[in-house]
Amino acid sequence: MRERQLYRADDNMKFNGKRFCDVKNVVSDGERKEICIMKKQKVSGLRLYIHYLSIIFRSAMQYKVSFLLMALGQFLVSFSVFLGVYFMFQRFSNVKGFTYSEVLLCFSIMLMEFSLAEIWARGFDTFPSMIRQGTFDRVLLRPRNEVLQVLGSKFELVRIGKVLQALVMFVYGMTHVEVRWTAAKVLTVVFMLIGGIGLFTGLFMIYAALSFFTLEGLEFMNLFTDGAREYGKYPFGVYGKRMLQLTTFVIPYALVQHYPLLYILDRRDNPFYIFLPLLALWFMIPSYGLWHYGVRKYKSSGS
Amino acid sequence: MKKYFSFFRLRLITGLQYRTAALAGMTTQFFWGFMEIMVFHAFYEADPTAYPMTMEATASYVWLQQAFLAFFGAWMFEGEIFDTINNGNLAYELCRPIHIYDMWFVRSVALRLSRALLRCIPILVVAVFLPKSYGLGLPASHYAFMWFLITLMLGLLVMVSLNMLVYVTSLFTISGDGLRILFCSVVEFFSGQIIPLPFFPEKVQRLLELNPFASMGNVPFRIYSGNLAGQEMTRAIVIQVFWLLSLIALGRVIGAGGERKAIIQGG
Repeated sequence: MRERQLYRADDNMKFNGKRFCDVKNVVSDGERKEICIMKKQKVSGLRLYIHYLSIIFRSAMQYKVSFLLMALGQFLVSFSVFLGVYFMFQRFSNVKGFTYSEVLLCFSIMLMEFSLAEIWARGFDTFPSMIRQGTFDRVLLRPRNEVLQVLGSKFELVRIGKVLQALVMFVYGMTHVEVRWTAAKVLTVVFMLIGGIGLFTGLFMIYAALSFFTLEGLEFMNLFTDGAREYGKYPFGVYGKRMLQLTTFVIPYALVQHYPLLYILDRRDNPFYIFLPLLALWFMIPSYGLWHYGVRKYKSSGS
Repeated sequence: MKKYFSFFRLRLITGLQYRTAALAGMTTQFFWGFMEIMVFHAFYEADPTAYPMTMEATASYVWLQQAFLAFFGAWMFEGEIFDTINNGNLAYELCRPIHIYDMWFVRSVALRLSRALLRCIPILVVAVFLPKSYGLGLPASHYAFMWFLITLMLGLLVMVSLNMLVYVTSLFTISGDGLRILFCSVVEFFSGQIIPLPFFPEKVQRLLELNPFASMGNVPFRIYSGNLAGQEMTRAIVIQVFWLLSLIALGRVIGAGGERKAIIQGG
């Protein structure tokens, strides 16, 4: 599992040279349309983003079988991690007081946060290649916000396979955990998702921003994204006090995972815990700061 | 033979050039290993009696796995080989007076070896100095260490021969993305990279130990700490050799068919 740090399933997909070109063609078609639209000067950022998405979606749908197979692949990748957890709990009844269904609940929410962030912030994840190929210059030339354009450059729906896997685990965990579900707890889950997506988006943004300076994607950043997903399948409290402090105050994973989970599982009843996940959104501020700094320092590379 | 050796040497030297990448990778692996050990510790505290290996053996397993990641990482394909098939450069390869299977085989071995050479020593050195039950223990005996080295190499060859199956089947299809992802998750899971095989229920473990995936990291890492010894060790080594020979044979048969059927792409 640790190896996902190097291996991003998509690296393997690059070879599909043909498909790549086609996608490009479609996008440039769309760009033409987009230019037409922009001339009218009436399109809001949101509409432009939706337009980007529809282009990406339509081009992906040209290869339906490939899409389904890849989504299935995504499902299987995280399924094997789930099996690992399953077999561990065949042997052990709990880990630091968390039972199997409680861990599944934690794992599924973390996986959902991560995969949803990955789907929509994938543009940042592949940003280093944008820098290397010099396509970021094109982005800067357009009279639109560059974050919007980078986000709109990729939208990886195949990762829906992972979300699906997370949903199945979530439903299992939810029905098997011995707690009563109240509106407040459902709200906590929603906040966890919002906070988590924000946190991971921030991390992807830092990853992208660093490549302004290094031109190369930094492998160690995977530790904070894929690594956090992988080890976040257990509540961070499992890793001891020091790790919990680190994941509370430095990179606030525990805010979207450990603490709200304690509330859901009735171990804490202070309503403050419901809103704790939203606090993790502060992390996006320094992320955006770094990104902004990077854009200003940007020197073109590539041709 | 000489020409295959020079392919090997070439790839090895190229691989050794990426030192900064290796440093970054090492740091990452180090943290991953550490987190992993923390998880195992948490489970150990929950119920030490249910633990199938000693904590020291588990910690050693994790560190060896991190150090020799490049040996057994299923996702580590050589992109160049797929490129060759996709862009039609395969035609040049077929013109050469060499056997494609053998050449790709030595290249893959060299690639994995070069990556591991750069990364393993610093990780191992640091891991040795970590406190007991968190760090890498000493090998169970001289004898165990010797078998560790031998089975490590055998395991590497098994891994490469499995990789080769994916390469040669790509000769038939242009896009094998789905297949590759599937291959990676299967290998990761069944070779004990997600959780070591002894952690599976006993019946499942018995079954898993027979499959080729268990003949990779599982054997050397457990021999090192003495978790696998005596008759069981002999059995595991026999299985390793069996799979190595059959996988190579299978790969060569498919490869020979693929060479005849392969379509040269591109223009």
